[in-house]
Amino acid sequence: MNWETVIGLETHVELATKSKIFCGCTTRFGGAPNTHCCPVCTGMPGALPVLNQAVLEYAVRAGVALNCHITRYSKFDRKNYFYPDLPKAYQISQLYLPIAVGGRVELSTPSGTVSVGIHELHMEEDAGKLVHDPWTDQTRADYNRCGVPLIEIVTQPDFRTADQVIAYLEQLKETLQYLGVSDCKMQEGSLRCDVNLSVRPLGSRELGTRTEMKNLNSFKAIARAIDYEARRQIELLEQGGRVVQETRRWDENKDATYAMRSKEDAQDYRYFPEPDLPPIELDEGWLARLRAAQPELAPAKRARYQADYGLPAYDCQMITSDRVLAQFFEGLVELGAPAKQAANWIMGEVLGALSARGMEPREMCLSAGTLARLIALVEEGKLNRNTAVKVFEAVFDQDGDVDAYVRAHGLEQVNDAGVVQAAVERAIQAHPQSVADFRGGKEKVFGFLVGQVMRELKGKADPKLVNTLLRQVLGGT
Amino acid sequence: MELRQLTALELGAVIRRGEVSVAEAAQAALAAIEAEDGALNSFITVEGERALERAAQLQPGVKEAQSPLYGVPMALKDNICTKGIKTTCASKILGDFRPPYDATVVERLAAAGALGLGKLNLDEFAMGSTSETSWYGPTRNPWDPDRAPGGSSGGAAAAVAAGLSWYAVGSDTGGSIRQPAAHCGVTGIKPTYGTVSRYGLVAYASSLDQMGPVCRDAGDCAAVLDVLQGRDRRDATSLDGDYGHLLESLSGDVRGLRVGLPAECFGDGLDGQVRQAVLAAADVLKSRGAQLVELSLPALEYGVPAYYIIAAAEASSNLARFDGVKYGWRAQGYGDLSELYHKTRTQGFGLEVKRRILLGSFVLSAGYYEAYYRKALQVKAVIKGAFDEAFARCDLLLTPVAPATAPRLGESLGDPLEMYLGDVYTVPANLAGLPGLSMPCGFDRQGLPIGAQLIGPHFGEGRLLNAAYAFQQDTHYHKQTPKGGQRA
Repeated sequence: MNWETVIGLETHVELATKSKIFCGCTTRFGGAPNTHCCPVCTGMPGALPVLNQAVLEYAVRAGVALNCHITRYSKFDRKNYFYPDLPKAYQISQLYLPIAVGGRVELSTPSGTVSVGIHELHMEEDAGKLVHDPWTDQTRADYNRCGVPLIEIVTQPDFRTADQVIAYLEQLKETLQYLGVSDCKMQEGSLRCDVNLSVRPLGSRELGTRTEMKNLNSFKAIARAIDYEARRQIELLEQGGRVVQETRRWDENKDATYAMRSKEDAQDYRYFPEPDLPPIELDEGWLARLRAAQPELAPAKRARYQADYGLPAYDCQMITSDRVLAQFFEGLVELGAPAKQAANWIMGEVLGALSARGMEPREMCLSAGTLARLIALVEEGKLNRNTAVKVFEAVFDQDGDVDAYVRAHGLEQVNDAGVVQAAVERAIQAHPQSVADFRGGKEKVFGFLVGQVMRELKGKADPKLVNTLLRQVLGGT
Repeated sequence: MELRQLTALELGAVIRRGEVSVAEAAQAALAAIEAEDGALNSFITVEGERALERAAQLQPGVKEAQSPLYGVPMALKDNICTKGIKTTCASKILGDFRPPYDATVVERLAAAGALGLGKLNLDEFAMGSTSETSWYGPTRNPWDPDRAPGGSSGGAAAAVAAGLSWYAVGSDTGGSIRQPAAHCGVTGIKPTYGTVSRYGLVAYASSLDQMGPVCRDAGDCAAVLDVLQGRDRRDATSLDGDYGHLLESLSGDVRGLRVGLPAECFGDGLDGQVRQAVLAAADVLKSRGAQLVELSLPALEYGVPAYYIIAAAEASSNLARFDGVKYGWRAQGYGDLSELYHKTRTQGFGLEVKRRILLGSFVLSAGYYEAYYRKALQVKAVIKGAFDEAFARCDLLLTPVAPATAPRLGESLGDPLEMYLGDVYTVPANLAGLPGLSMPCGFDRQGLPIGAQLIGPHFGEGRLLNAAYAFQQDTHYHKQTPKGGQRA
């Protein structure tokens, strides 16, 4: 029998607000245990939550970007359960009236376009972390993460393959990073994903019994877990077995999923409306202003770069892979740099320099103005490309002054034909054997001689001019 | 001068005039507590040393004092967080818990020059109507030591009635300020929900809890509420009542005031002497020019069941944090996490608290939510609507506070349902978020105080306080003291 895999995702994304969702404590990652805490986020008796307006704004912006309907009257609810990392013994979340519902995203995958429904997007608080101390055999609670704002994005069961899931997550990550609402760092847990998966005979319209997989820490783990779990369920069914609705844990080291708890053991969270927080009533004007201020997202930028600048699809993809890079590109073009030149510099030198330094684009100091000036000097023939790369390296870290550097180091391109001619003649005299070889048909030697002329002129000569004059002299014409 | 006979405002005035020092006032209270509270048990914690230090700190500012309550000693119900001072909620489970912060009301009182004497007894986590469920033992009624002072703010009402504190701050979820005030012959007001910040009040039922003053008369209540009220950005449910100045607005003029008497509050189940005293209070207001309006509020009948579902549901969640992990008391001898939770909560909570946690967990559980919690919220909305209609026809309502005067100690504990039904007149104001005031309006044949309740529309505190102030101009019930004396 042929089987079809059906997958839905629940993705938790940590929002990049400066302070926590219900108090003023910092959301900064790390910190000594229990130093980013106050009575509110540690659930002290009598402390009360107050919604951070930035969290609401970020959640709504994410909802708008995922084409959701934004709920005008939404509420928080309490999800009750006991665990030492949850100091109030309830998580403030949204069950009955989430902030955004009914969205849709289109994915382009190698096998075509896939449309994925977004069931809902809601706001909630993160829990703390338990650390086991093997020395004392004690478990200690660190509440620094308590109250860090999260959004949970729940899709419809619209995925059929691991590739589609990864494409969705890549796009989600890109979208949220573009919006600036999350940095989506999986290794710091700011993007976490639970996978709901079932299988059914191909052509069937009914959903099979699903399992939920947790502890998926990377895109690679997600893809492998999906493949493993689909195979496990199919084998089970083909052998006449039955899939049990349960939560399963992905073990990366063993490359397998293990049952954590079955539906029968599922906790009753006794959800009820959070009485400490009034309902959120959105103002239409506020929402309209927020929609108007939404940044242009990557797919729109890619299309525009192709149409307006005639850039190749590959270039567009590279430049828009990060919002800061795209903004940098737009800055260069605005300052007069030819689009293709700007793209080449970004894809080559800029990404190279960042990668060599282990830096993210947003950490870059170099301004568009500086690189635009450098590109202009090359375009005007005042600097040759190779020298420009040296200047780039020199100004990159501190956004130095290009003109001052060129002046100080005497790097202006030598365009004076007389000067170049003299250098060509000196080179020919100094290397008679090479000249003879060239004339004897060894075309390769030409490059060596160009290099010698350039060396004479400390690399500053216009390469085209050197080529032309050297060929003239060697050709004897 | 017998300081203990003065109202808070009178004491504030003599302190400001320099006739009495802040320390003398504090010492008078501490001496009275020392002498009398052993029997009464109205305090859980007395902070004598701290009080005298505070007196010394306040004294130099007496001349420039803005607040009429500057330097006046007071006490707080022990479910209000005080930085560094034991806050027990009268529960074993909180152990020696000392909050790392002050409640907003504590900050506001401190800014007004209040002097704290200590923390007052209550029913465990404010759950009860008699102050008998306290881990620290029952408080006794100053009018009759064999009787309960009411609850849950029984310590607050008893201390004020006995002259151990000039005023107190209590909390009221279903009548916990008004009912003990009635049983102890003092005046108390539960403000409109949102008027007083709940930040720092250990939550029982968050959507119903409200703190308010317990005082010797309406004037003191107005002065204390002037200090407590006002929007607080740390409590998202707090509101700006925009009352102006409550104390200054007391005129005693009730001419043309329409006082509604809901028929349902004077029917079956009400003690005859209480009925008589409350109706007599209506006549006093009438004699000052108020107009009596008879009306019907059949929705009130559903108040008690709706209240116990909502309050228990919220309590089951609010009290889940007391698990022995982070603060307070932890049971010994646990093998794993589940046992730690189980033993701590089984041994740490008293019977009534556990009853309400179980009830609340049940009504919120899957399959029952719609039938109970959702329905209770609908009843709440219906009651709100009924009050709105009533306030189209009258300016305030006059009802009894409780069906009978103070019960004997131990009498109520055996029959929780009977005790819950005793909240019938007070819970509707909590469900509708309305202000409710309790004032002494007479005594029964055993000499026990009787209370009358005034309920007003949202932010109608000024109206309630003025009506009570008018009533107290013509009556002396609020001036009687348990020892048979009468205040000036």
